[in-house]
Amino acid sequence: MEPRLTLADCLRHHLRLTGTHVGCEHGVCGACTVIVDGAAVRSCLMLAVQAEGAEVVTVEGLSNDADLTPLQKSFRRHHALQCGFCTPGMITTAHALLSEEPDCDAARVREVLSGNLCRCTGYIPIVEAVLDARAAYQPKGRDRSGDRA
Amino acid sequence: MKLPPFDYACPTTLPEAVQLLATSNGDAKAIAGGQSLVPMLAFRLAQPSLLVDLRKLPDLRGIRISAKGVTLGAMVRWRDIEDDERLDTAHPLLKAAIAHVAHYQVRNRGTVGGSLAHADPAAEMPGIAMTCDAEIAVVGKSGAHVIQAADFFQGALTTALTPDEIIVEIRLPAWPAGRRWGFEEFARRRGDFAMAAAAVFYDQDANGKAHNAHVGVIGVADRPLRLPAVEDVLNGRAIDATIIAKAEAAASAAVDPQDDIHASAAYRRALVGTLVERALKRAAA
Repeated sequence: MEPRLTLADCLRHHLRLTGTHVGCEHGVCGACTVIVDGAAVRSCLMLAVQAEGAEVVTVEGLSNDADLTPLQKSFRRHHALQCGFCTPGMITTAHALLSEEPDCDAARVREVLSGNLCRCTGYIPIVEAVLDARAAYQPKGRDRSGDRA
Repeated sequence: MKLPPFDYACPTTLPEAVQLLATSNGDAKAIAGGQSLVPMLAFRLAQPSLLVDLRKLPDLRGIRISAKGVTLGAMVRWRDIEDDERLDTAHPLLKAAIAHVAHYQVRNRGTVGGSLAHADPAAEMPGIAMTCDAEIAVVGKSGAHVIQAADFFQGALTTALTPDEIIVEIRLPAWPAGRRWGFEEFARRRGDFAMAAAAVFYDQDANGKAHNAHVGVIGVADRPLRLPAVEDVLNGRAIDATIIAKAEAAASAAVDPQDDIHASAAYRRALVGTLVERALKRAAA
C-alpha cells in the first residue's frame, strides 16, 4: 500500500466500502468520518498506514442486513437527509457522540455536527433526529425517548 | 487533492526518529496527528520526501501535573486535555482555550506538539504558550534543549525548530489557586480558526491590586503576541471598569493586523479590544 493513500481512499478504492463519502479531501466537510478505535475521525486526514492494527468502523459497519439501526430510522423519520451525500458522515459522527454521551443536549449535538457540512437540510431535522435517537443509546432500563433538550 | 508521493517511516524510539529526520537533508517531516500536515500535503503546500510518524514513540502522550506546573507530552490530543478533570484547577486557562480548538473529529487526532510545530498564527495552543511563558522541550541530533515560547514562534508557520528536531513536551508554569483569568475567542463558527482571541491572567495582592499580568492575542499578526502595553495598564491597579476600558483601548492600539479575506484590519483591531475587554470582565467578575 502506498504511504500517500488516505484511509478514505483505502476504504473506497481498495476495500470497495463506498459508504464512506469523500467531499473536500482536506478535513473541512466531515463526509468521510469513520470511527477508529472508538473515536470519530476524518478519514481523509489519516493515512491508511496509520490505521495499522486499529479497529475501523465505517457506516457499513453500523447497520446490519436485516434492518436500519435506531439512529438511521430516526434520520428517516425526521427527514434528516435530502441528497444524502453528507449522511454517512452524519451517521458515524452522531453514533460516536451518542455512544460516548447518550445524555447530550441540543447545544452539544449542534456543536459536534458543526464539523459536518450539509447543504440541503439546514441541519434542524438532523439535530432532531440525533436527539430523538438518544434513547437507543441509554444503558438498559433507561428510556429518554420523550426528552427534548 | 491526492497527496504527493512520499516515503513513510514509523520508528519506535526517539533517537531513531531524530536520525531519520537528520539524514533527509531537511526534506523529511514529522507527522503526529496529521490534522494540519495532511491538508498541507493535499494542497501540496508541503511535499516532503519522507514522513516520520511519531505514533509509536513512547512517553509523548502524558499529561503531568506537579508543583512546577503542567507538562503536556507532544502527542497529547485536544481530546485528552478536554477529558482531564485535573486541568480544571491545574490550568483553567489552558482548558478554556483548548475548548475552541477545531471540531469533534479533529480533536480526536490533533496534538499539542503538532499545533506548536505548525505554528498557525490563529491557533490557540501557540497563543497559550506565548501568554503563559511556556518552555518547549525539543530533541535533535545535537541532543535535548529547551526553547522559550517567545523565541519559538518566528512567523506564520515558522518556528525555531531545525529540520532534525522533534518537540517532546511543553511545560506551562504552575497556576496559583487564586489567579484571575479569562479567554475570549471570536470565530464565525465554533471550532473554526479564530478571527482573533485574547487570553489574560493576573494575580492579586492583599489590596486587590493586579500584578504579574499576562495578555496574549492570536489571529492578528504573523505569530501569537504578548501585549506588554496592556499588561502595563493592569499591573498595580484594581481591575475595575475604568481600567478595563483603558486596557481595551491599549489592546486595539497595540496590534497592527492586516486586511485579509476574513476581515479588514480595522475590524480586527476593534475585535481585539473587545475580546480583551470581555476576557478582563470575566477575570474580574
